[in-house]
Amino acid sequence: MTATAEEIDDSIRGRSLWQDAWARLRRNRLAVLCMVLLTGIIFTCFIGPWFCPWNPEIQNLKLRATPPGTMETLTEASWVNHGGTAEEWRELTNGGANPQKRRHWFGTDTLGRDLLARTLRGGQVSLMVGLVATLVALIIGVAYGAAAGYAGGRTDDIMMRAVDTLRALPFMIFVILLTTMFEKNLLLIFLAIGAVEWLTMARIVRAQVLGLARQEFVDAARSLGLQPGRIIFRHIVPNVLGPVIVYATLTVPAVMLLEAGLSFLGLGVQAPDSSWGTLIDDGATNMESFWWLLVFPSAFFSLTLFCLNFAGDGLRDALDVKSAKD
Amino acid sequence: MLRFTLSRFIQSIVVIFAVFTLTFFMVRVVKGDPFAGEKAMTPDVRRVMETRYGLDRPLYEQYFRTLGSYLQGDLMPSMKYQGMWNARIIADSFPISLTIGLAALAVALSIGLPAGIIAAVRRNSWVDYSAMSLALVGICLPTFVMGPVLALIFGLHFRWFNVAGWFESTDWVLPSVTMGLIYAAYIARMTRGGMLEVLNQDFIRTARAKGLSEGRIIIRHALRGGLIPVVAFLGPALAGITTGSFIIEKIYNLPGLGQHFVRSVFDRDYSLIMATVMLFATLLVTVNFFTDVLIGWLNPRVRFA
Repeated sequence: MTATAEEIDDSIRGRSLWQDAWARLRRNRLAVLCMVLLTGIIFTCFIGPWFCPWNPEIQNLKLRATPPGTMETLTEASWVNHGGTAEEWRELTNGGANPQKRRHWFGTDTLGRDLLARTLRGGQVSLMVGLVATLVALIIGVAYGAAAGYAGGRTDDIMMRAVDTLRALPFMIFVILLTTMFEKNLLLIFLAIGAVEWLTMARIVRAQVLGLARQEFVDAARSLGLQPGRIIFRHIVPNVLGPVIVYATLTVPAVMLLEAGLSFLGLGVQAPDSSWGTLIDDGATNMESFWWLLVFPSAFFSLTLFCLNFAGDGLRDALDVKSAKD
Repeated sequence: MLRFTLSRFIQSIVVIFAVFTLTFFMVRVVKGDPFAGEKAMTPDVRRVMETRYGLDRPLYEQYFRTLGSYLQGDLMPSMKYQGMWNARIIADSFPISLTIGLAALAVALSIGLPAGIIAAVRRNSWVDYSAMSLALVGICLPTFVMGPVLALIFGLHFRWFNVAGWFESTDWVLPSVTMGLIYAAYIARMTRGGMLEVLNQDFIRTARAKGLSEGRIIIRHALRGGLIPVVAFLGPALAGITTGSFIIEKIYNLPGLGQHFVRSVFDRDYSLIMATVMLFATLLVTVNFFTDVLIGWLNPRVRFA
């Protein structure tokens, strides 16, 4: 039996960098476990609220700071208040025959709001902050770093001294100025944080591009008459994606911590909305009397950061990039 | 080496000057001013205040006057704290932050370095995994969780230290440990990474082939190269560690420098913002300069990059 040309082709096909990396990553059990957990957390935060009977912003002053597992007997008014409809209520209670009780699995906070619902909602906000800010940092950092590294020489010098200057400004001052300028708008806080976080990314990308830009394939592209922008984004940037992805997975937790710190200063997410940062801050002030207010949000937050870090480490080992050397 | 050092030095001066200029104009672009506090000022009083601090002059004149003062080492008076000189405010609060910061650094190094080295040497063993997991817990726990928990355990339960304030000679311990544990986690991770990279290199194999003891290989041969990432990280971090953290100061109620970084911006105290920023920037740039020179000495390849 003779092999067809395609079969032969398959058997000698080289394995790409990404296939190799994927194989290595799969062998790292811890990193895989963390990625699975992370997916789980994201799904819980974004889909969980559909199955949670409580609205994170509705207060019940009769059930202030109740411990985890407390039952609350619902009335039609509170059912509607938490987002149900009157028809559902009639169906559920069967005309008053079935009194409805629901459990506050994580207890309630000092204003009688369900902590589980708030933790999930806070997770949505924190995860979004982390992702959007990292994305902003990624776009600015990669574009800037690649441009500086590709240009080289004096342009590169000036561009990198500008980065040094921005790094020498105290971080907090920068963020506070930006947030006051943007009037505490949540989306703009994302952008502000991203606008500060891009500096390290730019340095990493620039260091990598500096080496790449002097290689033959770039000369070839240039001699074919390609524009610099096209060479940078089509030919150089794909080659630095490894370190960039690794650094990005490590930026997400850094940004989430920063958001938590800003919320602690009262500059982050504004009440009645919540993020993990505001919840943890609230929990830390009430720690002695109501431990659950600190424990549940911190557990979610720390587990997420833990997983992000381990997943990032796993990716780094898998891609075996010597990043962040500059 | 001299050429390298000199060019780094000139770059440092340029960066400090750029930070000065950027800060000066940035804080004036943001809306609000030092006299727009809770108490409304009558227009007359406001005019007097503006004349007193030179805010009625054209912007370029203010800029050059401020620059002139700084070149003579005069940090000017605060615009919010009446009758206080910025130099005085810094002299009162900086030593507190410096003490806490240096103690935190000692905590961080004495935990982070050994943990990182052991984790690298015993790579992929349970020692490595538990040390690195602990380090990650240190990184993932926000300061404002770690701080209150430590205060609760060692302040309220064991009553070893004061929970807050700056009165007794032991008051630096809890803030330093809180801060140090977090940096210890970062240092442990970087030490591990740096050491792993060096331990895989040929000269380590040669050293092993010569029959050197493992301890000698690590201390005499691997450590010098393996610590480069730590030095590169600690240099810039040092400026942040010693100028205080607002969050730590708020948790432990300390009169340190960190609060002024944040309050001065809220108050739009232009002159105090400038003083704190310049202190930070000068520290950072100086430390960076020495770090670069040190790394250039540790790793000759950098000098010619």
